[in-house]
Amino acid sequence: MLFEALTLQLGYNATLVTIGSLLLGIAAGATGTFLFLGKRALVSDAISHATLPGVALAFMVMVALGGDGRYLPGLLVGSAVSSAVGLLCVSALSNRTRLSEDAAIGAVLSVFFGFGIVLLTVIQSMNAGRQAGLESFLLGSTAGMLWNDALVISLGGALVLCLMLLLRRPMTLVAFDPEFAAGAGMNVRRIELAVMGLALAITVVGLKIVGLILIVALLIIPAVAARFWSNRVGVVVILAGAVGGISGYSGAALSATAPALPTGPIIVLVAFLIFTLSLISAPNRGILTAFLRHRDFQARVHVRQGLLALAQGQPIYEKLTLRLMQKRGLIRADSVATEAGRAQAARALLDERRWQLLRSDPAHEGAAAHYDGLTPLESVLTKDQLAELDRSLGPEAV
Amino acid sequence: MGEEFVALSLPPILIGIFASIACAIPGNFLVLRRQALIGDAISHVVLPGIVLAFIVTGTVSTWPMMLGAGLAALVTVALIEIIRHLGKIEPGAAMGVVFTAMFAAGVLVLEQSDTSSVHLDVDHALFGNLESLIWLDATGWSSLTDMEALHGLPPELTRMAVTMAFVSLLTWVFWRPLKLSTFDEGFARTLGLPVVAIGLGLVIVAAIAAVAAFDAVGSIIVIAMFICPAAAARLMTNSLEAQIGWSIGFATISAIAGYVLAGYGPVWLGFDNAVSAAGMIATVSGVILGLASIFGPCRNRVGLRG
Repeated sequence: MLFEALTLQLGYNATLVTIGSLLLGIAAGATGTFLFLGKRALVSDAISHATLPGVALAFMVMVALGGDGRYLPGLLVGSAVSSAVGLLCVSALSNRTRLSEDAAIGAVLSVFFGFGIVLLTVIQSMNAGRQAGLESFLLGSTAGMLWNDALVISLGGALVLCLMLLLRRPMTLVAFDPEFAAGAGMNVRRIELAVMGLALAITVVGLKIVGLILIVALLIIPAVAARFWSNRVGVVVILAGAVGGISGYSGAALSATAPALPTGPIIVLVAFLIFTLSLISAPNRGILTAFLRHRDFQARVHVRQGLLALAQGQPIYEKLTLRLMQKRGLIRADSVATEAGRAQAARALLDERRWQLLRSDPAHEGAAAHYDGLTPLESVLTKDQLAELDRSLGPEAV
Repeated sequence: MGEEFVALSLPPILIGIFASIACAIPGNFLVLRRQALIGDAISHVVLPGIVLAFIVTGTVSTWPMMLGAGLAALVTVALIEIIRHLGKIEPGAAMGVVFTAMFAAGVLVLEQSDTSSVHLDVDHALFGNLESLIWLDATGWSSLTDMEALHGLPPELTRMAVTMAFVSLLTWVFWRPLKLSTFDEGFARTLGLPVVAIGLGLVIVAAIAAVAAFDAVGSIIVIAMFICPAAAARLMTNSLEAQIGWSIGFATISAIAGYVLAGYGPVWLGFDNAVSAAGMIATVSGVILGLASIFGPCRNRVGLRG
């Protein structure tokens, strides 16, 4: 069943939803990266909640004009307008008053959402006979997705991706160093608004599939997950797009296999799974590598101290040191040094003496800065320098 | 009119006021500490919390649900901190990752479990049911002194009153350390104050207020009341004492005006159905914030003009 879903063989609607989610995920992941890098990931929360009054107002206007209130492009235009107003409110509150941006975001999202709820209850009483079903915008609903809806989503996603490609350089610059960008003659405020405008477009396009509460997840989670794997903006953007796309595709396919698996939450949970895996296993920044790196460092410190103790004929009591040295074949079970152990111990002691001499001489200040008790001096100085150092060490040391 | 008002409107208005004030007081400190969105995160994870409680107990009863919601709030705060430190991610993004994923899990479990027979849904957690908290035993203003009738008051009223008293008391008792650590954490630490514990305590109190309030009034009011009255009060004054006073005033006005506009506004305009009181209270608090940001005497950052 899952295989059929993944290969798009579960019927027309499921195929539409899966491809739509794939495109939405790619566009959302790539766009969200710029929000995340600029440390304003939660602006998307304000954007998405602020769509609700627009959806409701658009519905009311379309019904008042005698049309079908559920016409998707109309609703999307309404939601875009109201979340743009919300964005401008966030921007005005945080730029013009002393309030910080997070307070502005929280105020806008709760007030707009509250007002949207008021409008929804107005709609419910307006024509009880024709239940508008606008609540489906809260959590998304893919059951009745049509070809036109899929087209709107694909075109919107593609448009956002193109704009993002065009604006990637200024957006990167503003995300990392707004002062420099301003100094280089860029209009920082306008570029920030452009980043948020792209996020807004994604939010509007994604309303139908994942709903306004969970679209935030698609903008934030892929970017955060991708950030673990690379330090280069271009790579992070591509990876975030990939994470978003995989989440969208497999999430939608998974949800098509059973009736009680709502699309939006499944997509978000798949993304969260990828995030968790990245958090644990990514090279450099992952928890697992950090843990291994720590273990490795700990072992090197213990072995080094153990070798120095061996060379100076001192007994070793520390259990971890004993175990580590035994495992490396440096000592026997009765704590007596092996051949290899004695050789390495002598080398460690020589290294330590060289370091001591080096650090006592101000002429070697630059090299002495490399001292951490682990790095062998051979990797810092040249052979000639070492030979010179050994001459002043005296014959008994070597 | 009096009889109808006491029975149908007085309890919801009072509950709304109590809930608003209980959220607005910790909200002042959250806004000053730039943690305003913690309230947002907490109110999103209330849903998975109550769903979990429902699955464990199999019934829709108040205490397990509040326990579940409180537990979910604590788990969220812990997860945010863990992800922030282990992944070295900025707090906003860590928050966004955690609460959206937990909310999604809540929706999924809700869909999976057989909750169709009971009134437990997303709408309920979001909007609350302020309008339905009526006092059937009331016959008029005289009922306020009638012990018999007072027993019929909705239990949410007592709960919110107790929560509000609890939050006010804690704020009063821990006033100095709270104020110090909010404005100058480094200085507070040199004085030997447990800064981390104070911060955590504040978040827990906020979670208690949020969890107690969501059942009666829904998540929207909770988020709005954490932020809007405090933010508006911040634009009115430079003194923390006065700011708390303003925020309580704004919260009270929002609750009363919001409820009255939602209940009677449509009737005045000639419609026969009331609109969502929770939504209207949030809207009114936003209008107050909007006015404060245009006319508030202390709206600018120090050193800025215009």
